[in-house]
Amino acid sequence: MPKDGIGASTKRREDKRFLTGVGRYTDDINLRGQAYAYFLRSDVAHGRLTNVDISAAAEMEGVVKVFTAADFSAAGGLPCGWCVTDRHGNPMQEPKHPILAEGKVRHVGDPIAVVIADSPELARDAAEAIVVEIEELPAVINMKDAVKDGATKVHDDLTSNLCYDWGFVEDNREAVDKAIKEAAHVTTLELVNNRLIANPMEPRVAVGHYDRASDDYTLYTTSQNPHVIRLLMGAFVLGIPEHKLRVVAPDVGGGFGSKIFHYAEEAFVTYASKVVNRPVKWTSSRSEAFVSDAHGRDHVTKIELALDENHKFTAIRTDTYANMGAYLSTFAPSVPTWLHGVLMAGNYTTPLIYVNVKAVFTNTVPVDAYRGAGRPEATYQLERVIDKAARELGVDPAELRRKNFIQPDQFPYATPVAVEYDTGNYDATLDKALEMSDYAGFDARLAESKARGKLRGIGIAHYIEACGIAPSNLVGQLGARAGLYESATVRVNATGSISVMTGSHSHGQGHETTFAQVVADMIGIDASQIDIVHGDTSKTPMGMGTYGSRSLAVGGSAMVKATNKIIDKAKKIAAHLMEASDSDIELKDGQFTVAGTDKSVAWGDVTLAAYVPHNYPLESMEPGLEETAFYDPSNFTYPSGAYICEVEVDPETGEVEVLAFTAADDFGNVVNPMIVEGQVHGGLAQGIGQALLENCVYDENGQLVSGSYMDYAMPRAADVPMFAVDHSCVTPCTHNPLGVKGCGEAGAIGSPPAVVNAVIDALHRSGHKVGHIDMPVSPARVWAAMNGQG
Amino acid sequence: MYNFEFVKPSSVEEAVAALKTEDAKPLSGGQTLLPTMKQRLASPSKLVSLLGIDSLKGVSVSDGVMTIGGATNHATVAKEAASAFPGLAYLAGKIGDPAVRNRGTIGGSIANNDPAACYPSAAIACGATIVTDRNEYAASDFFQGLFTTALEEDEIVTAVKFPIPEASNYQKFEQPASRFPLTGVFVAKYAGRVGVGVTGASEDGVFAWAEAEAALAGNFSPDAISGLTVDADGMISDLHGTGAYRAHLVKVLTGRGVKAAS
Ligand SMILES: Cc1cc2nc3c(=O)[nH]c(=O)nc-3n(C[C@H](O)[C@H](O)[C@H](O)COP(=O)(O)OP(=O)(O)OC[C@H]3O[C@@H](n4cnc5c(N)ncnc54)[C@H](O)[C@@H]3O)c2cc1C
Repeated sequence: MPKDGIGASTKRREDKRFLTGVGRYTDDINLRGQAYAYFLRSDVAHGRLTNVDISAAAEMEGVVKVFTAADFSAAGGLPCGWCVTDRHGNPMQEPKHPILAEGKVRHVGDPIAVVIADSPELARDAAEAIVVEIEELPAVINMKDAVKDGATKVHDDLTSNLCYDWGFVEDNREAVDKAIKEAAHVTTLELVNNRLIANPMEPRVAVGHYDRASDDYTLYTTSQNPHVIRLLMGAFVLGIPEHKLRVVAPDVGGGFGSKIFHYAEEAFVTYASKVVNRPVKWTSSRSEAFVSDAHGRDHVTKIELALDENHKFTAIRTDTYANMGAYLSTFAPSVPTWLHGVLMAGNYTTPLIYVNVKAVFTNTVPVDAYRGAGRPEATYQLERVIDKAARELGVDPAELRRKNFIQPDQFPYATPVAVEYDTGNYDATLDKALEMSDYAGFDARLAESKARGKLRGIGIAHYIEACGIAPSNLVGQLGARAGLYESATVRVNATGSISVMTGSHSHGQGHETTFAQVVADMIGIDASQIDIVHGDTSKTPMGMGTYGSRSLAVGGSAMVKATNKIIDKAKKIAAHLMEASDSDIELKDGQFTVAGTDKSVAWGDVTLAAYVPHNYPLESMEPGLEETAFYDPSNFTYPSGAYICEVEVDPETGEVEVLAFTAADDFGNVVNPMIVEGQVHGGLAQGIGQALLENCVYDENGQLVSGSYMDYAMPRAADVPMFAVDHSCVTPCTHNPLGVKGCGEAGAIGSPPAVVNAVIDALHRSGHKVGHIDMPVSPARVWAAMNGQG
Repeated sequence: MYNFEFVKPSSVEEAVAALKTEDAKPLSGGQTLLPTMKQRLASPSKLVSLLGIDSLKGVSVSDGVMTIGGATNHATVAKEAASAFPGLAYLAGKIGDPAVRNRGTIGGSIANNDPAACYPSAAIACGATIVTDRNEYAASDFFQGLFTTALEEDEIVTAVKFPIPEASNYQKFEQPASRFPLTGVFVAKYAGRVGVGVTGASEDGVFAWAEAEAALAGNFSPDAISGLTVDADGMISDLHGTGAYRAHLVKVLTGRGVKAAS
């Protein structure tokens, strides 16, 4: 095995350019003659646009042109990529999402007009000269009020604010009701999965460039999936054929889901560049990001868990209101449904499950996938209600989980919510986490905290998630308007170095390192001989990009397939060079040998022969060594793991300190353990952030109260402990060639319930019988709950 | 940001003269003013930097009084006040982050009078004197509610004079997002008198908790205030905590401050 092959904690090669300031982000791209766009956005949540007068602005110094909705009458709206069918068999209500507000503004931040000028400052100055008159309408904010009869409508042309009323599995509905009615014990919990703002380090940026000579458009954008943007924007919004449209997503400084979606600004700069015949650049400010990047989560849920007298789970019923915001962002409808309902079985054998989701339009920023997307919402309610049940029944929460785990010999396991888990061993991860966290020694630590006047608690969560989205035919049936395969081209150069063009996109995940490790391992050459190319539709085959922890499981599999094609062909060339039979050729450590002989040729000799085919079987084989493969998975992958959090609560102030956090994950096989641990650390920090700090809050008028870092609390290094992370419990995925499952979101999925369970545990152990505290579990909320003011 | 003129005089007199221009504003560390300008929420015609005036910088002690120049940054106070007035040095060392502490100044903080700023609580608790180019104010007269002070438009805080207490302590309970105090309490013990200055809590800005001061004057121990309650009426309620919570924190933090200073 080469030293940087599969299993090596190779340092991330991309970090050198990031850490030395030579990364190339979209904002680093400046084209000759470039002009700058400034978006004038609504400062009211809901209202009719009675007047938008751009005449003064258009006359101002340095202004190139001012755009309003009228300039986009020929363009389509921003498309939604997933159509959910409701429980009566009807398609969801799908309003138009215009590039610039048409007639009405529907959330604070909704763009009304755009100024293009010679500098960003001049554009902003001119935007202040635009006269906007808005007849304000009542803001629709509370989801339950929004779906009441007679509520003000966000979209006048829809029948109501209900996007869809989804039931899953609808056929189980009555059986579940019956099981709950007849259960020995039912635990009920109402909770809120708090709305979050993704806040990647790099705000969004878009540069549009129309080239008059070639009649080609190029869009540089901060995207997790440039091909998806090209397809959506080219085909549905602007009507530009794909061969005339190139989308480049260069270095991207974090996405967490918020850079999956196709945004108005991307379509705007692309279109406007042709109109003004100059490259057009837009760079979001941080303040603008708060009101224009898609938000995450925002579910209001009631869950009921039924148990029999032996504490076996017999049924689960959940009712969720899911906020869509003012428009449907690209994948918004799929998040509370197919990424949420299908995970409601968790790691458990619950036979009957019914999930109801009402998706609701409100006068808020659109809500879409955010790290974990639907799976954190499923895990949170399930792992919280199990904890509550254990407390009500007076049993150990670890044992209650264990009693209901799907057993290793039950795989493949078909859940009542339509998915089939391929592998898993949940006792193994739970045991590992209990051991690592010294669960058994908790009482001594509790006593020690008590002596210092502090409350101490320990909380467990066991999660499962579905990654590697997804079998295209399956998601097509579920309403996806895209396929979800992945692609790779492996281009071997004459002297043996390799360029791999992948449809996956790295925006912090370290693909350039790990993907090279895989190919290096397969061929047996040094990873430094391999470059990973991504993020440019003109370079890579049509790919679906990176989200849902799919890159290695799906993109990596495509790359493995393409590399296997390369190896097959290279073996044939080697056989020719050594005058042996194809089937006798072996490849090891970059050397081709003939089995049972001492004949060998090196990798470089074969690749040279492929491109300088002087001695080559030209009659039976093409020269060259370049292969493309597409991989469409046959199932999701199902990472799982046990998380244990230990906290101390200050009884006087309600302050929570996370003292220890243990994560024992089963990610299947691991290519780069260091990078995997880094992904888990990041996910845990985000999950702890959601549990204790982050909260996106609108007031009743639809103003974003948490509109800056003065009020939106991001987690910082001092808010998290040193993590204890393990991934030694491995049940390899059975249906992809690497046996990998995905690790990018696990931390953010499993940690919020572990943290909240720990806080509730601390309160109970000190006599405060608090049933639940909503996230973020802030000092003020803990204090209020302890003092009966919750 | 809108365009503005910039001057950097080297004396207080020149600075005051430069401030006669309409909409001119003094600029000290810029940690509050510049972000406001970037958001286009302020548009001064001219910025008069105070950082070129040497007489506005430095920490000195004489006759039991610590004098801090108006343009002295928080990092300097954290270092130079450490031996003579550790409570104040600690307060300065907890403001913001290193970048903020190396730019932001006591004059800017006092003049801005953010309802959650740290320094005003110490000024109130210690009965500090705010010295300007034309006046001297008792702290209790200087702070007049949220973002409001006794300063005239063109008046410059040249120094703040703190009578050094026998013992003191600052308790900062951080608001989770901004890390400004959600509530902060400065306790200062003098011979025969105790000061308790509270920031972050009241809708009227920084205040002295008079009942606690009276109770602690006779008995400087947490027990002395155990029977007191703080009225939640008039306390700030926002997404980070209710008025009741802040009122509760005032008492908890005062108790902790007294204990730490005893
Ligand atoms: C990230 C961050 C975190 C912070 N955390 C805290 C915290 O925890 N606690 C805290 O107390 N503060 C905090 N601050 C505020 C910080 O202390 C500022 O430095 C301070 O509030 C203003 O001081 P400045 O010197 O930067 O003033 P500037 O921003 O220069 O000026 C502020 C205002 O005061 C006026 N002014 C300035 N100097 C004078 C003077 N000498 N005479 C008259 N008027 C004057 C200006 O015209 C302006 O109106 C934080 C700031 C930031 C950016």
